[in-house]
Amino acid sequence: MNILDTLQTLLNDSGFAGFFMDGGWKNIVMIAISCVLLYLGIVKKFEPLLLVGIAFGCLLVNISNFFVDGASSANALYHPELWSAFLDESSEYYHSYGHIMSNGGFLDILYIGVKTGLYPSLIFLGVGAMTDFGPLLANPKSLLLGAAAQMGVFLAFFGAVCLGFEGNEAASIGIIGGADGPTAIFLTSKLAPHLLGPIAIAAYSYMALIPMIQPPLMRLLTTEKERSVKMIQSRQVSKTEKILFPIIVSMFVILLLPSTAPLVGCLMLGNLWRECGVTARLSDTVQNALMNIVTVFLGISVGATTVASSFLSLQTLFIVLLGLIAFSFSTVGGLLVGKIMYKLSGGKINPLIGSAGVSAVPMAARVSQDEGKKANPSNFLLMHAMGPNVAGVIGSAIAAGFLLAVFK
Amino acid sequence: MTMIFPVAEMGLKEAGITAIFGYIVVFSGLIILMILLYIMSAVFKAKANKAKKISPESTEITKIPTKAASAPTAPGSAGHVKLFDVPDKEAAMVMAVVAHKMQKPLNELHFISIKEVKNDEV
Repeated sequence: MNILDTLQTLLNDSGFAGFFMDGGWKNIVMIAISCVLLYLGIVKKFEPLLLVGIAFGCLLVNISNFFVDGASSANALYHPELWSAFLDESSEYYHSYGHIMSNGGFLDILYIGVKTGLYPSLIFLGVGAMTDFGPLLANPKSLLLGAAAQMGVFLAFFGAVCLGFEGNEAASIGIIGGADGPTAIFLTSKLAPHLLGPIAIAAYSYMALIPMIQPPLMRLLTTEKERSVKMIQSRQVSKTEKILFPIIVSMFVILLLPSTAPLVGCLMLGNLWRECGVTARLSDTVQNALMNIVTVFLGISVGATTVASSFLSLQTLFIVLLGLIAFSFSTVGGLLVGKIMYKLSGGKINPLIGSAGVSAVPMAARVSQDEGKKANPSNFLLMHAMGPNVAGVIGSAIAAGFLLAVFK
Repeated sequence: MTMIFPVAEMGLKEAGITAIFGYIVVFSGLIILMILLYIMSAVFKAKANKAKKISPESTEITKIPTKAASAPTAPGSAGHVKLFDVPDKEAAMVMAVVAHKMQKPLNELHFISIKEVKNDEV
């Protein structure tokens, strides 16, 4: 074989040649986006545990995935066309994981965990084991704030329909307002898997930006007097109450909305392991080892869905915009109900804890604490804000369950 | 499973109704949960009160530390603190700093636990 022919073959097979194919420039743009996301994750520390994995997954998929005649290149790590066939009822490979396993790349196989809802549920297992529901049990009124802070979910849903998204897509976009990454991934993978990449990136980016998004709204909607309210210490919650709580919530919420079973069931099982006192080893494993392993798989496989051909569209811009609207209105919803509770309690409840009803735990509670402290240096709102914060996790799971029940 | 609203048929009116109904469902679900939690806490409070009435001697015993707690300089009267990966010296410093910042005597503050928050937990 001629050495020039060999070099020509190598060049044609390389990813560099892909850049000169039809639409190859899009891959270059996606590589640039993945580098920006890596910068945000590593240097700016925006949700680095997930964003670094998502960004690297995005990089991997866009340096390996070029389309020729509608099919991915032979060395691709992720094959969108396999997943299209998987979702196409008329295809012989409809819902065939065997087809994915035998023809898919490394990222296709990891993505099965997202598609089946396995990773978000396992993440919730760890979240449950890490969460102390004591502040919520000490002050059950916090649940109202967790419910109010789901306003953005439904407003963004409506906004998305107005912008021309289909109902299932709008539901997946709206759930960004729940400020709960695993819930957003779970719902989107069921209702609109083709939008998973932009929705996951928008959700985690905005969660990281909570300290920038929420404070201006908090200062706009509350007075200095309201922000400086010191709340009295909540009652001590007994161990038995903490053990009964996950059992009661599981029974009630899953009976109300069976579609929430994977998320709420795992969240509450993790919490039961934490509180029951006889499964310390399991609690420790799901909080640390399992959580880390699943985070690795989840990050890379979500990043894999950011294939240039589908990610670079006007839809993505709309999703980013609607995500911001969803986050902002969720904060506003929590603050408004916080203000109502301030009035009704005769000024005993600081309305700032309302913004913690978005379920980004514990970031949103910390923002409430910081803003309360700015208004009154002796203010200590963190534990009071943790109640609405964990209520938001349950609230967003119920919102997701409702949307799943309507659109699935 | 069938969709309640087939994708193509979702208009603005249906979207508005779905959004309002969804918000109501979330509120109703959490309000019912709140009521359940209030019932649960009432049961536990009643049990605790009953236990107190049955053993008045134990009430006497608990009164002693309460009186001590009101004394400004009584040491250790605010109960025990659980430490997670924090040495005693550092815990004492943290408590002293918090008391100083809040301008309250240390024995008027009840620290439940002190845990070091590592960067990767944030």
